[in-house]
Amino acid sequence: MLNKPVFLDIFFSLLFKFELLNNLMPFSMEDMLFYDRMQFAFTITFHYLFPQLTMGLSLIIVYFKWKFLRTQLQSYNDAAKFWMRIFALNFAMGVVTGIPMEFQFGTNWAKFSELTGGIIGQTLAMEGMFSFFLESSFLGLFLFGEKLLGHKLHFLTGFLVFLGSWASGFLIIATHSWMQHPVGYEILSNGKFVLNNFGALFSNPWLLPSYLHNQLASMVTASFVIAAVGAFYILNKKHHSFGKLFVKTGVLFGLISSVLVAFPTGDWAAKNVVEYQPVTFAAMEGLFETQHGGAEIVLIGQPNVMEKKLDNKLAVPNILSFLTYKKWDATVKGLNEFNPEVYPTNIPGLYYAYHIMVGLGTLFIGIMAMAGVQLWRKKLYSSKWILWSLLFLLPFPYIANTTGWYTAELGRQPWLVYNLLRTSDGISPTVSSGNTLFTLLGFIGLYLLLGMLFLILVGKIINKGPLTSNT
Amino acid sequence: MELFWYIVLMSMLAIYVVLDGYDFGAGIIHLFFAKKEKDKKAITNAIGPFWDANEVWLIASGGILFFAFPTLYASSFSGFYLPLIMILWLLIFRAIGLELRGQIHNKLWEAVWDKAFGIASFLLALFFGIALGNVVRGVNLGMVENGVSAHEAHYFFLPLWNPTFSPTAEHLGIIDWFTILLGLLGAVTLTIHGANWIIFKTNSELNNKLKTVIFRLNIVLVSLVITSLVLWHIIAPKPFHNFMERPWLWVFPLLTLVGLFGLFGVRTYKKDGMGFVCSALFILGGFATTAASIFPKVLPSTNTVNPSLTIYNVAADEYGLSVGVYWFIVALILLIAYIFIQYRVFKGKMDDIGYGEH
Repeated sequence: MLNKPVFLDIFFSLLFKFELLNNLMPFSMEDMLFYDRMQFAFTITFHYLFPQLTMGLSLIIVYFKWKFLRTQLQSYNDAAKFWMRIFALNFAMGVVTGIPMEFQFGTNWAKFSELTGGIIGQTLAMEGMFSFFLESSFLGLFLFGEKLLGHKLHFLTGFLVFLGSWASGFLIIATHSWMQHPVGYEILSNGKFVLNNFGALFSNPWLLPSYLHNQLASMVTASFVIAAVGAFYILNKKHHSFGKLFVKTGVLFGLISSVLVAFPTGDWAAKNVVEYQPVTFAAMEGLFETQHGGAEIVLIGQPNVMEKKLDNKLAVPNILSFLTYKKWDATVKGLNEFNPEVYPTNIPGLYYAYHIMVGLGTLFIGIMAMAGVQLWRKKLYSSKWILWSLLFLLPFPYIANTTGWYTAELGRQPWLVYNLLRTSDGISPTVSSGNTLFTLLGFIGLYLLLGMLFLILVGKIINKGPLTSNT
Repeated sequence: MELFWYIVLMSMLAIYVVLDGYDFGAGIIHLFFAKKEKDKKAITNAIGPFWDANEVWLIASGGILFFAFPTLYASSFSGFYLPLIMILWLLIFRAIGLELRGQIHNKLWEAVWDKAFGIASFLLALFFGIALGNVVRGVNLGMVENGVSAHEAHYFFLPLWNPTFSPTAEHLGIIDWFTILLGLLGAVTLTIHGANWIIFKTNSELNNKLKTVIFRLNIVLVSLVITSLVLWHIIAPKPFHNFMERPWLWVFPLLTLVGLFGLFGVRTYKKDGMGFVCSALFILGGFATTAASIFPKVLPSTNTVNPSLTIYNVAADEYGLSVGVYWFIVALILLIAYIFIQYRVFKGKMDDIGYGEH
């Protein structure tokens, strides 16, 4: 995902050749930048595996609890309690892997923090003060307070946890939006960014489309996870009634969110890229040359940056022009129109990330639509092939969410603050690459352990299944 | 505005140390003094519903530091790179130790996570003391060598130690004999504090034993406090200068002493919460005394080339700091409401409220 050897290459170099390390110049800025980026990329990729489930899942748990209050059917409450156990585990993982994210702004990106802290510090501090305190105060009550509080208050604590996690997402994406499309700032003579309009941080045109797109993508993950667990129960002939409930709920939420994540929110988000980061858009779509009189949309192909073309291209004419400008013959700018200085640093990575996200998103709509039809025909629970598909699709929303974020982040390169502050100018000046590699390896080891423990425990909860209460 | 945010930040950090301090301390007690399964259970029950919320104070303080004093955040977080990342790893280990222990009922599994939780708690208490020592001692800002700065005036980097372990050497390290002394002081303080919390929140059989432990440890603590006060004069000239200028500041050292000597009475107090009040006073007073002693510095410079970092040369701009007051007040009101609700639900001894049986 970077213009240096990708992640596994580090391992292989370390294991077999030590070539990468031998080539390092001591104190070389480029290597410092490389390891700082690697560490942030690795830790945030791992971290976001958890919030993307908990944000969506909290809404679905609140839905189960609400259905229980409405219908008084115990199975809804049991379903809520079952998913709360999975939520709690994911939430804990999200918290422990989230603290390093906040620390790393200072530890690895000190210059960036110093220059922009007066602005992005606002939204990040607000996240701590508003959403973390809200979540942490009510999570305990939500997880352990059902008997103590009664069902109505318990529903309320669940709702507050949901609110806290979505507020957290909002403030993070407000921060992200400022980096993508800086607003409400001025730059002092010493290079510092200072805020001159607080409201602009929240009326940023980048914010709302990104936020909705992201939250719906989180809903997609949660829906597919619920549907997959339901399919697992039905196919496994265990917890059959819960299996049906989970598949049905997953398909309903999944169908709605899969459609909305593409249209209109994904479309809005892309329009922002077209308008504010046209060079990124060209790289995402693999357009090396400007296409006059209607641009084709590339379905498959490998970017060949050396020869400035796509290898093995499969494309449909004029669609891109229509999707972008609602005109079949509109001109779409290619990379050739821009100065290579501002090209995204990893064009193939950006292109693949974007195409994987879009491809998977299309697949999700297709499978959820078919499942929806089967549900309507009351044949869903006996459609083995749909159930198997739902089960096997479990990891793919995670991949789509991750590649979606890679699209946004690789697309912003080579900038930290778009067009204003280069990534290479944001790293900590005194932290050597040797120290960063040390901590990166530490994080890899620790997170591998965490990941294994997580899978064992989540597997245990799913295998045990929901408990049916007698009350 | 700088002063307002300085007070906010210091108060939040002090609250963090008092709150997360007792669950670090409980972890240390768990490691060294809890032998029976029942006692271990009582300890984890006493901190179970709270530790996560306590840690939020650290994250929120970090956020406020980033927002109000971005230069200090950038300088100190990159300069103390290795210890900070290690603190993160320890926090992770501690959290998974607490949360995963009860997930599988197997003696070996439980033993592993008990140790992870206990050792990480102890190391964190030690590290936070060492961190305080580093701030008091100061760092080589700008990494000056032979009178020339190698970096911008407010950046530095410290290795974990230098070969001499001396706080007055030219090339400083995180760990030297002065900071390790404060580390031990931190560990002893939090052990006492954690023991007080367990006495306060449980009816375990351990409580009487813990009162004796507190009494004995407090003798150690008094001697550590005296030693570090003496040594402080070697590290920093005139540490009580600010107190002479503004005599009302003496209230902080006074509170510290009240707390410290109040701890000797732990075996006689009728109310179980009194010991906790004393150790909290000692921590708050000690923290405020330290901050007041170096004020307005927040990170002293050990060289003469580059100035110390003060709240005035590391703060964000005026507009940002002023606009922050509005949302901060809203957040503060909400926070007080949450704390009130939580306290209402979880008041009293914890034995009846089961925790960890997901």
